[in-house]
Amino acid sequence: MPGLTPSQTVGPYFSMRLPWPDGPFVVPEGTPRAITVVGRLYDGAGNIIPDGLIETWQAGPDGRFAHPDDPRGATPGGYQSFRGFGRCPTAPDGSYRIVTLKPGPLPASDGNIEAPHLDVSVFARGLLDRVVTRMYFPDEPAANAADPVLCSIGAPKRRATLVAVPEPEGQLRFDIFLQGERETVFFDV
Amino acid sequence: MTTADVSASLAGAEDAGRLVLPSYERPAPGVHPPLDFEGYRSTALRHPKQPLVLLPHRLTEVTGPLLGHELIIPTDSDLTTQYDGEPQGQRIIVTGRVLDSDGRPVPDTLIEIWQTNAGGRYRHWREHHPAPLDPNFGGLGRCLTDAGGRYRFITIQPGSYPWGNHYNAWRPAHIHFSLFGRAFTQRLVTQMYFPGDPLLPLDPIFNSVPDEKARQRLVARFDIELTQPEWALGYEWDIVLRGRDGTVFE
Repeated sequence: MPGLTPSQTVGPYFSMRLPWPDGPFVVPEGTPRAITVVGRLYDGAGNIIPDGLIETWQAGPDGRFAHPDDPRGATPGGYQSFRGFGRCPTAPDGSYRIVTLKPGPLPASDGNIEAPHLDVSVFARGLLDRVVTRMYFPDEPAANAADPVLCSIGAPKRRATLVAVPEPEGQLRFDIFLQGERETVFFDV
Repeated sequence: MTTADVSASLAGAEDAGRLVLPSYERPAPGVHPPLDFEGYRSTALRHPKQPLVLLPHRLTEVTGPLLGHELIIPTDSDLTTQYDGEPQGQRIIVTGRVLDSDGRPVPDTLIEIWQTNAGGRYRHWREHHPAPLDPNFGGLGRCLTDAGGRYRFITIQPGSYPWGNHYNAWRPAHIHFSLFGRAFTQRLVTQMYFPGDPLLPLDPIFNSVPDEKARQRLVARFDIELTQPEWALGYEWDIVLRGRDGTVFE
C-alpha cells in the first residue's frame, strides 16, 4: 500500500497557478437568483491576508451533486452553467468574492438533513496544509438548528463563526479568521 | 427550483432507500505537517489555535469538482513551448502516477503545477528576488491524468531562491503541485523536490513533515530510463491521495 503524499504550503504565489479568470464564478454573473459571497481573510493579529486563496464546493439548488458518488445523481437537465466549485485569490485588501447559487438542503446517511452550506478551503503562505471550514446561510435558522455538523459544535459563539452575515446590498459576508478572538471553526476532514 | 421541488427531491432520496456513501481514510499522524511549526515563521499568526472539529464525511465531502476537460490544451503540459522562444535552463521531464492509498490509479484528474524559472524567479508581481525573468518561461502547467492515473510534464529545472524566513534562508528547488482527486477530501497541494539537493536538510518547509519516510516521498527519483538522449533529464514522482475506507452502510 503506497503511503500518502504529505501536504506542503502553497507559498505566496498560488495566484500564479491556473489562470482562470472565471474562477470566482460558480455561475456566470447575471444568472437568475445568483448570490454573491464576499469576505476577508484575517490572521491572528487581525491583519488581512493578501496572499491567500479561497475555494468553495457545494451542491446545486436541488441539493444534488453532478458526481458519481452522489447516489441520486444530478437532476436531469439540471444546472448547466453551475460548476459547484469556486476559486478566488484574496486581493491586496484581503477580500474575496464568489458568485454562486444557494445550495439546497442535503440528506445525510444517518437520516438527518444537512442545512444548505458551502465547504470552504483556505490556502495561504504560512499554512502548511489547507484549512477547511463551512459557510451556512443566515436565512435558514430552523435548518441550521437541526444541522448535524453545526450541532456538533458546542459553543454558540463558535457555531456562529460558520454562519454568513447578510449585508444591505443582498450580499452575504463570510469573513474568515485563521486565529484569535474571532477564530473561525475549522474542521478535520 | 421551488421549496416544494427540493422537498420532493429529498423525499425521493429517502424512498430510494438509504443513502450509501464512501468514506475516506484519515491520514496517519506524522504524514502531514502540523499547522503550527516554529521553524516556519509565517505559521505563527496563521494557524488556528482551537482544535479542529472532526467532520464525518458526508455528501459534500465525498464529492468534488471533476474539472479539466474544458480547460486544458496540449501545450499546458509542456512549459518549454508556451512562448515564442525556448526558455533558458536544463530541460526536464517530470512524470508519474496519481494513486490513492489503496494503490488504485486516479484517472482524469486535474493537476496544476507552478514553479520558478532556471534562475529561481517566479513570474509574479509580488516577487522581488533580483534574478532575471525569462521572457520565454511562465512557470505554469496543467494536465489531466490518463486512464492509468499517469501524468507527464516537460519543463525546466527550477532554481533555488532566498526567502526571508531566517538568516541566509534558501528554498530547495521545487515544483508546486495542486491536485483535486475525485472528492473534496482528496484535495492536496504539495511540493516536489529533487534528489540530492543540499538545501533539503536545511529547509523548514520540507522538514515540517514529521515522519521521515513521508518526507522522503516528496523527493522525486532521477531515472535514466526516462531521460531522453540528447534532450532532457527524466524524473519520476508518484503522488498518493487518500483512499477509501470501505463503504459505509447505515
